[in-house]
Amino acid sequence: MGATRLGRREPAKAQKPSKVGEVATWADDRHGLAALAKKNVRKVFPDHWSFMLGEIALWSFVILLLTGVFLTFWFKPSMAEVVYHGSYDQLRGIPMSEAYASTLEISFDVRGGLLMRQIHHWSAMLFIAAMFVHMMRVFFTGAFRKPRELNWMVGGLLLMLGILNGFTGYSLPDDLLSGTGLRIADGLMKSIPVVGTYVSFFVFGGEFPGDDIVSRLFTVHVLLIPGLLLALVGLHMLLLVYHKHTQWPGPGRTEKNVVGFPMMPVYAAKAGGYFFIVFGVTALMGGLLTINPIWLYGPYNPSQVTAGSQPDWYMGVAEGLLRIMPGWESELFGYTISWNVFLPGVVAPGIIFTMVMLYPFIEAWITGDKREHHLLDRPRNAPTRTAFLVAMMTLFGLLWAAGGNDLLAVTFNLNLNYITWFMRVAIFVGPPIAFVFTRRWCISLQRQDEERLLHGYETGVIMRSPEGSYSERHLPIDRTGAYILTARDRDEVYQLPAGADGNGVAARGSLKNKVRARLSEFWFADNVQKPTREELVAGHGDTDRELALHAGEAHPADGHQYDGRHDVAGDELRKH
Amino acid sequence: MLLTALLLTGGAYAVLSPASAQDDLAADEALVDRGRQLFLVGCASCHGTNAEGIVTSDGTQYGPSLVGVGAAAVDFQVGTGRMPLAEPGVQAPDKPAQYDDEETRALAAYVASLGPGPAIPEAEKYDLEGVDEEGVVRGGQFFLTNCTACHNFAGAGGALPEGKYAPPLQGTDPKYIYEAMLTGPQQMPVFSDEVITPEDKEDVIAYIQSLEENPSYGGFALGSYGPVAEGMFAWLLGIGALVGFAVWIAANSVRSKKRTKA
Repeated sequence: MGATRLGRREPAKAQKPSKVGEVATWADDRHGLAALAKKNVRKVFPDHWSFMLGEIALWSFVILLLTGVFLTFWFKPSMAEVVYHGSYDQLRGIPMSEAYASTLEISFDVRGGLLMRQIHHWSAMLFIAAMFVHMMRVFFTGAFRKPRELNWMVGGLLLMLGILNGFTGYSLPDDLLSGTGLRIADGLMKSIPVVGTYVSFFVFGGEFPGDDIVSRLFTVHVLLIPGLLLALVGLHMLLLVYHKHTQWPGPGRTEKNVVGFPMMPVYAAKAGGYFFIVFGVTALMGGLLTINPIWLYGPYNPSQVTAGSQPDWYMGVAEGLLRIMPGWESELFGYTISWNVFLPGVVAPGIIFTMVMLYPFIEAWITGDKREHHLLDRPRNAPTRTAFLVAMMTLFGLLWAAGGNDLLAVTFNLNLNYITWFMRVAIFVGPPIAFVFTRRWCISLQRQDEERLLHGYETGVIMRSPEGSYSERHLPIDRTGAYILTARDRDEVYQLPAGADGNGVAARGSLKNKVRARLSEFWFADNVQKPTREELVAGHGDTDRELALHAGEAHPADGHQYDGRHDVAGDELRKH
Repeated sequence: MLLTALLLTGGAYAVLSPASAQDDLAADEALVDRGRQLFLVGCASCHGTNAEGIVTSDGTQYGPSLVGVGAAAVDFQVGTGRMPLAEPGVQAPDKPAQYDDEETRALAAYVASLGPGPAIPEAEKYDLEGVDEEGVVRGGQFFLTNCTACHNFAGAGGALPEGKYAPPLQGTDPKYIYEAMLTGPQQMPVFSDEVITPEDKEDVIAYIQSLEENPSYGGFALGSYGPVAEGMFAWLLGIGALVGFAVWIAANSVRSKKRTKA
């Protein structure tokens, strides 16, 4: 919008080009990017706060790169033993790894070092949290549907790599918590049947902890994963531009357009400004709130452990699973299989990530929906999907809480063992309850929408009929509201192909189809479908009669001005 | 039977243990007598009239025997208000002391007179005067190895099974930390003078004190509870604020400005 207006204002007359113009022309003659840039600065993005959640993650990632580079200038990724002689009194003279000593140096002897460390760590926490929130938005609104399934998978990969990089960063300083975390990682690897010990030995370069792990994790943390993240972030954004951004339904917004503001200058200003806000919030947190006080933990020592040994929040679910898992083990040919570690530590994360990656395809298979979608679903209009995520969030929350069971026990004077037992039951009982509750809630909201569409909104005006009965007057909702409520497709339950078992012979794949039909029926069961044209007309007949009645009143009774159709500014009654 | 066994154990301990002898508290008969009077009123209902302990019908201890626990244990339990118990529970919480210093001394003298046990440590054992910088560092290593598993890396306390807990150490009188190591109250193991020498005990206390004297280098310490508290702040404060800003930015768009003008 801004760009075009600027173009119009400058008439095409011979003018001495400015210096900047000359340079731009020189460059454009050689790479010819102007045409591409011109198209993209006018790219339109829709406006909604929930579309900015991914930006938090993007900007946190930028902050991570900036502060991370600063930290690498002083961090020494080595497990060679040195004796500490720095500024922190309580550890002077203690033998420790160079990694830990240099982290102490960054914290106490490098100007601004502790601030940078803390900003880096806080922005890592926010990076992954923002990815989760962004992913939840995409899920709730159905933005992962065709044609965006691949971008959903790229997002899933980004999340997985983000978590992995968070864990490697947590392990680098070689403090007591780092080592405790790595010890658990070592245990998880060793719990894999047959190859576990080999995997662990390969990773640690021998028996845990060895003296290779920090330098290996360093390369993974600063080169390998950030490189992958950067490439995938680029792909994620490219696909976003290619697919165009989804938008909420509304008047003038269709599956074929995007209503919003152009990249330049509105979105550049908004997004650029948001970067500074994210940086500001993260810097404030880094400056004011202690995070990972490694000097208190001390250098890693396998003989030590501390109360409050927890991973960063994004590993809390894995920690919780591990904490509430019963101690199941079995012996096979003289070898112990540690189900108590293998199931929660290796199998569960594998299942969760596979499910996350495949979800768009699973849903499309059940619903049979192969259409393109650029308009978002309101969460209530996909009750089963919404309820499924709320159930998953409940499970996540419970496991997360289980990961902090000791702090729950201390803070709320609870019995640690009871918490464990409660969680063991709650993770199976809680999510189904949340599912049913959310689904019914969504359907209630759908019914309310239908009510508003067909019979209008409640004006709050009570009418007394000549017979003496009372009723509330309903008036039709406005066109924008009606458009938003009706801008969705009718659900189509998958039907079994007719004649598949016409002679009682099961057709090929009929079991699969039966399962699919069952699931599809379950998926859409009890959903409220948007009214048909006839229903709308009939409904509007009611409200139109009401409206006519209302218009015919020569002297509307006092109080009727509050029906939402009258301007009540400066109304005397309002002041009482 | 139990009493005999306990007395025998106590007696044997008195003979065999070279370090602890009957301290002079128990020698003061008037004090012991006053302590006994106080004991019969305030303690005997659980610990028995002769401090022999009371066993319940299902075999658990209603109140344990106090024969041989020593004056240090009494000084710790009564001095920190843990005893007398307000109500039975898995663990005695600390609360304002119910007895004054003189009464606590009398109770300690009475219990010390029942059998030999650790005496109340002299003030020079925990006044930290002889502790140099190296001592603090050494104390830190003892602390990290022996104490943090329950009391947390900053002495902020932690959970134990079945509703029990390791209390926070921040702000605890050095004398009580010393006595706790010496007597192993409640769930705590005993760190006798043979396990951790009196000098090392003083170093541990010096380390805990030095942490309290350190400025909070990284800013507000979030209770020193570790990553769980950090995660809570990341979500509630960080994501909360950033989503708030996103709503603000989206609400203040070009369109909504135009709308207000129109």
